[in-house]
Amino acid sequence: MPENASALQLVLSGDPALYAIVRLSLVVSLSAALFATLIGVPFGALIALNRFPGREAVVVVLNALMGLPPVVVGLAVYLLLSRSGPLGELGILFTPQAMIVAQTILIAPIIAALARQTLEDLWNEYRDELAAMDVGPLGRIATLIWDARFSLVTALLAGFGRAAAEVGAVIIVGGNIDGFTRTMTTAIALETSKGDLPLAIGLGMVLLAIVILVNALAWGTRSIGQRVAG
Amino acid sequence: MRAFAGDLPIVLEDASVVAGALTILDRVSLRLAAGAPTALIGPNGAGKTTLLRLAMGLIAPARGKVSWDGSESSSPTRRALMFQRPVMLRRSTAANIRYALAAAGVGRSERAARVSELLALVGLASLGERPARRLSGGEQQRLALARALAKDPAVLFLDEPTASLDPAATKAVEDVIRAVSSRGIKVVLATHDLGQARRLGGDIVLLHRGRVIEVSPAAAFFSNPKTPEARRFVAGELLV
Ligand SMILES: Nc1ncnc2c1ncn2[C@@H]1O[C@H](COP(=O)(O)OP(=O)(O)OP(=O)(O)O)[C@@H](O)[C@H]1O
Ligand SMILES: [Mg+2]
Repeated sequence: MPENASALQLVLSGDPALYAIVRLSLVVSLSAALFATLIGVPFGALIALNRFPGREAVVVVLNALMGLPPVVVGLAVYLLLSRSGPLGELGILFTPQAMIVAQTILIAPIIAALARQTLEDLWNEYRDELAAMDVGPLGRIATLIWDARFSLVTALLAGFGRAAAEVGAVIIVGGNIDGFTRTMTTAIALETSKGDLPLAIGLGMVLLAIVILVNALAWGTRSIGQRVAG
Repeated sequence: MRAFAGDLPIVLEDASVVAGALTILDRVSLRLAAGAPTALIGPNGAGKTTLLRLAMGLIAPARGKVSWDGSESSSPTRRALMFQRPVMLRRSTAANIRYALAAAGVGRSERAARVSELLALVGLASLGERPARRLSGGEQQRLALARALAKDPAVLFLDEPTASLDPAATKAVEDVIRAVSSRGIKVVLATHDLGQARRLGGDIVLLHRGRVIEVSPAAAFFSNPKTPEARRFVAGELLV
């Protein structure tokens, strides 16, 4: 299989075009995971620690949003950022920033929903003790986030994994511009349709390696968490 | 001596606690004042834990009232409660105490010394670095006691503090309770161990089905119970 051989060569020889694409993908998806965590964890904590009318509905919707179709998110962000859209003035459509925005929206619900579940379980355990220790609202949130930090890192990794693997949102708002907004997934889609299989396969191998690495990290985080927290 | 203002006496007046249709505490009137420990006794489900939570201020009465030194709202800054089933924070044993110290406003510089002091007090000096959730049941119970003491409370509520302790640890914990009490801290404990109630109790409060049946000084309660329920309970008969 000559294609495979040359795909492997591309990966092993550190082909600059290939690695530029990998780098952009990582920057976009890691940024999205970071922003989604900054939004999702406090939001999840807010729902976990508070009782308010309509809370159940919010939880159900949030859980449903974990399965947001990437193309729908891409379309929504496209409409938002297109020249005539409400945020058209920013002029960031077809830039990596737009891709980060789209992926953040895609995975923030995942991280928020996982964080909500984790923090709520821990809150149910800790509630009485923290009340007896007279810990204030901010202290409670800080304690829960700290004591759940290993699970929260796992949630972040789940979000990152989803972002790195999606193609629908980034291709719509990024436009798959060579050397500028081309990510691993959009490049694979394009190169496959053009018939340039070595690059597609090479990128596919890197993507797979990243997914495996992310899961290994998640696993490692879990076991470190168990060792530290008991 | 410590300043008692804000906590004692704790006065319950016709206080009821309900959960749905169930009345857990039924018009309980009780006065917890400075002095020797008060022991709450009574069969399973009598309402001892609920009474402790009410007096701690963790739950509000559905009817009647609870006041701390005359005030009906008082946050538990100087009251500590050791739960019947204490929850260990996902941290080391020492970190659990350090957390309680921080929550009580003890300055960073003092904490290390106080942590070792409290660990030694409850006999856990060698287990400081172990994850608290890995401790045995009895060790967790002793850590919970240390955590409650970290607050340097004016009132200390203990919910069956020696329920899963071996005889030596039980004796050690009773010694701690006596020492704490002699420092002027009001101890209120729920216990199934009548011997313990007799050894530690200044007053005995017998609860049954959510009601206070009898309140007497310990000696009188055991030698000369006033109510038929107390007589039967002391004799080890089943209360139904
Ligand atoms: N939140 C609640 N909802 C419903 N029932 C409750 C609740 N809390 C307590 N109860 C019931 O109220 C009764 C008193 O409970 P409590 O825990 O105060 O008893 P206890 O005297 O501490 O018993 P034990 O000796 O077994 O610890 C029990 O029958 C219990 O099932
Ligand atoms: Mg109880």
